[in-house]
Amino acid sequence: MSSTAAKSRTIKVDCLARVEGEGALFVKMKGDRITDVKLKIFEPPRLFEAFLRGRHFSEVPDIVARICGICPIAYQMSAVHAIERALGVKVDPAVRLLRRLFYCGEWIESHALHIFMLHAPDFLGYPDAIQMARDYRAVVEQALRLKKIGNRIVTLMGGREIHPVSVAVGGFYRVPARSELNPLLEDLKWALDASLQSVKLVAGFEFPDFEQPYEFVSLSHPDEYPFNEGRLISNKGLDIDVAEYEEHFVEQHVKHSNALQSVLRPRGSYMVGPLARFNLNFARLPEVAQQAAREAGLSVPSNNPFRSIIARAVEMVFACWEAIRIVEAYEPPATPRAAVSVHAGVGCAATEAPRGTLYHRYRIDDQGLVQFAKIVPPTSQNQKRMEEDLWQFVPRLANRPTDEVTWKCEQALRNYDPCISCATHFLRLHLERE
Amino acid sequence: MLIIGVGNPDRSDDAAGLLVARRLRELGIDAQEHTGDPLALIDAWDEAGEAILIDTVVTGASPGTITKWDAADTPLLPDPFCCSTHGFGVAEAVEIARRLGRLPARLLIYGIEGASFEIGGALSVEVVAAVERVAEEIAKIDLVGQPFWAASQPSGWLEPLESGSAS
Repeated sequence: MSSTAAKSRTIKVDCLARVEGEGALFVKMKGDRITDVKLKIFEPPRLFEAFLRGRHFSEVPDIVARICGICPIAYQMSAVHAIERALGVKVDPAVRLLRRLFYCGEWIESHALHIFMLHAPDFLGYPDAIQMARDYRAVVEQALRLKKIGNRIVTLMGGREIHPVSVAVGGFYRVPARSELNPLLEDLKWALDASLQSVKLVAGFEFPDFEQPYEFVSLSHPDEYPFNEGRLISNKGLDIDVAEYEEHFVEQHVKHSNALQSVLRPRGSYMVGPLARFNLNFARLPEVAQQAAREAGLSVPSNNPFRSIIARAVEMVFACWEAIRIVEAYEPPATPRAAVSVHAGVGCAATEAPRGTLYHRYRIDDQGLVQFAKIVPPTSQNQKRMEEDLWQFVPRLANRPTDEVTWKCEQALRNYDPCISCATHFLRLHLERE
Repeated sequence: MLIIGVGNPDRSDDAAGLLVARRLRELGIDAQEHTGDPLALIDAWDEAGEAILIDTVVTGASPGTITKWDAADTPLLPDPFCCSTHGFGVAEAVEIARRLGRLPARLLIYGIEGASFEIGGALSVEVVAAVERVAEEIAKIDLVGQPFWAASQPSGWLEPLESGSAS
């Protein structure tokens, strides 16, 4: 073994597969010691924050929806909540519920895509979902139907499934009638059952024995599993109003990445996303989701990032349950959107995108034009933590062949469902063994 | 027969498939535009015995080059199709459908070689010309009312049928 120990190698993934956007991973090893890890994000900066300046606040939801094809609603939600805070707009409780329903649709389609099409092949030993589909036909069929149901909610609420157009500051440009939402129920009940089966399926995967002392961060609401509002909390004592976000979270530029890395002062890296939300908000999950998690052996705290796939499936159960609850009780709001009076102001908001907390802040002038915008997506918040996971995870793979190390590194990154397009504001792996 | 044009209307040449569908409708032929989730194509062609799909491709050929092949016989390599979400594009949708036994008996794909994918940009002149030629050819297939594999000889994997730069 000593001759192996002296060998150095570099693992390179030039273009990470099954993640959104363009990035590469570079891991340098000397024997069983890891000497460098860089998650390089070379998707060019997209400068959304800069070109929001000078635009009218009412245009912001439609512009930010373009940041991501998978989670446009998250961007729209964080944007409208921040602007509503800046302008002091109160939204109708029925609008608030519709926004939660909209978010359920996005969580269902995004989680179904990641669990089955992007992450499950890692656990089941297939290079991709296409190869997996040959042997796991029923699973892939189920995933496609779940995703379709999520898309259907988004289309109904947003006018179309990608980059929806209905979201307005104060509410929606159009809200659905009861008769439009009711037909969703049959599909949603099927989706709830399918999600419960999904939890069982992914709980049966084999997970590397790997745990880290994570700082988990998410929104927390006294009565609800978080979507659109709440305080920002962590398992290490953070408990702040979102308005204090920038006093605690700092974005840093690192030379090897076009995405800023976010750190939590003074402790450093942290994790956002399904596992963080699950660990911090278990008590707010409905009994059906809690029970599914217990049966899957997912307890609180769960510090194994590979088990995030179970948390994601539990969240799909929640999203289906919540959508059913909202649809069954739906009464349309008196008006689709609250009146907005324009004045200068600053407002920030965080909402829970499928991949984690998404923070926005806007400064608006007395004409209603955006003077300043700041957007901190979940992937830039997880970026540093992804690198740290690899620092800890790779040494145990030291004696494994390079192609296996490469595969496992990619799997470890996919625990975070990275969305690099969002963060630049994707992945190639380089493993160097000397 | 189901005819679907795929693309993104805001990314220059990536709109070619959509524009073919629009041109066909002007000619009185039913054709759909698909701008959303590529995996949703599987549901779209589920009921169809035969389908034609038009999309922009990037193979390194000259802009406007038209390539066609029957995806029911020929596996698709993901690379030529330019746009996807989380790595799931038209090629993935076709190959997943193949493994699920959900491909139409015939799926003729027209690929129009794109050159420019700028946000909000105009289409390349060669691509505009190719849109018209593809629409005319599909119209002929449709109007003759015979199975398209009898009306046209699908070429093999990415063998150019016509060069966009020839005109």
